[in-house]
Amino acid sequence: MARVVVDVMLKPEILDPQGQAVQRALPRLGFEGISDVRQGKRFELEVDGPVDDAALARIHELAETFLANTVIENFTVKVEEEK
Amino acid sequence: MTAGPTPAARSNTRVGVVTFPGSLDDRDTQRAIRLAGAEAVPLWHKDKSLQQVDAVVLPGGFSYGDYLRAGAISRFSPLMEKVIDGARAGLPVLGICNGFQVLTEAHLLPGAMLGNDHLHFICRDQKLRVENTATAWTGDYVAGQEIHIPLKNMDGRYVADSRTLDMLEAEGRVAFRYLDVNPNGSLRDIAGITNEAGNVVGLMPHPEHAVEPLVGSGRTDGLPFFTSIIKKLVSA
Repeated sequence: MARVVVDVMLKPEILDPQGQAVQRALPRLGFEGISDVRQGKRFELEVDGPVDDAALARIHELAETFLANTVIENFTVKVEEEK
Repeated sequence: MTAGPTPAARSNTRVGVVTFPGSLDDRDTQRAIRLAGAEAVPLWHKDKSLQQVDAVVLPGGFSYGDYLRAGAISRFSPLMEKVIDGARAGLPVLGICNGFQVLTEAHLLPGAMLGNDHLHFICRDQKLRVENTATAWTGDYVAGQEIHIPLKNMDGRYVADSRTLDMLEAEGRVAFRYLDVNPNGSLRDIAGITNEAGNVVGLMPHPEHAVEPLVGSGRTDGLPFFTSIIKKLVSA
């Protein structure tokens, strides 16, 4: 079994008020020097069978049509190495 | 027993209201449709048939708990396939609040809905300007008319890229705009939009909550949505 990770982030031009709220809290907590925070989503998909090109193509389609809304979000797909 | 104004005219118009798991305002919407003088047809998201309704309303609520993104899971329900096919063929579809989110997720309307910029749930009487009276759902308004409609949402921030916004403005497809305050950070104060053909309309405020003088702000500013569609269908 292999794991494929899909990371979804708001596009850079889209305002992220949640990320801003996190960033504003940092100095209060003693964390200095962080000028910006963007918050995204991470999906870990446990795949049955081999993660070949065909399987990755399907996952790419899944990410593009469902996990991300490409009007507002970008995504990346990567295969996690087995430990 | 139905209180409130007597419908001006009974019609044979049948307007479907889709209930998803987590819909809240499906009953209020059915009631508004009946008050306007049409038959309200309850539809279930797993249905395979639209039961030959003349128009469809996607109501407000929190379908699937807004998991993933508001409207993202509902958009793939079996009945939505029929709604999408119908809308592309001219079936009038109105999306209110969560229904608007479903319509953008289904790409029947451009852009997307995100969390309010102030990160709080909002519930207020909202002043709007009606900017397009040529849609299937707005014919009973006067262009430029200012109305008050309840607004209640978490994810009401309308966003689209500037090219899409310019296109919507140029084509007169901003159907409703927020007045006095922008309650959620929506770009260009957009409260509702229409598709190019004018049969698909989505907005964040809730016209179904403003149809009887007894409740809410005492105004019936939302009723013309439902009388508009009846007139449109009867004269078609």
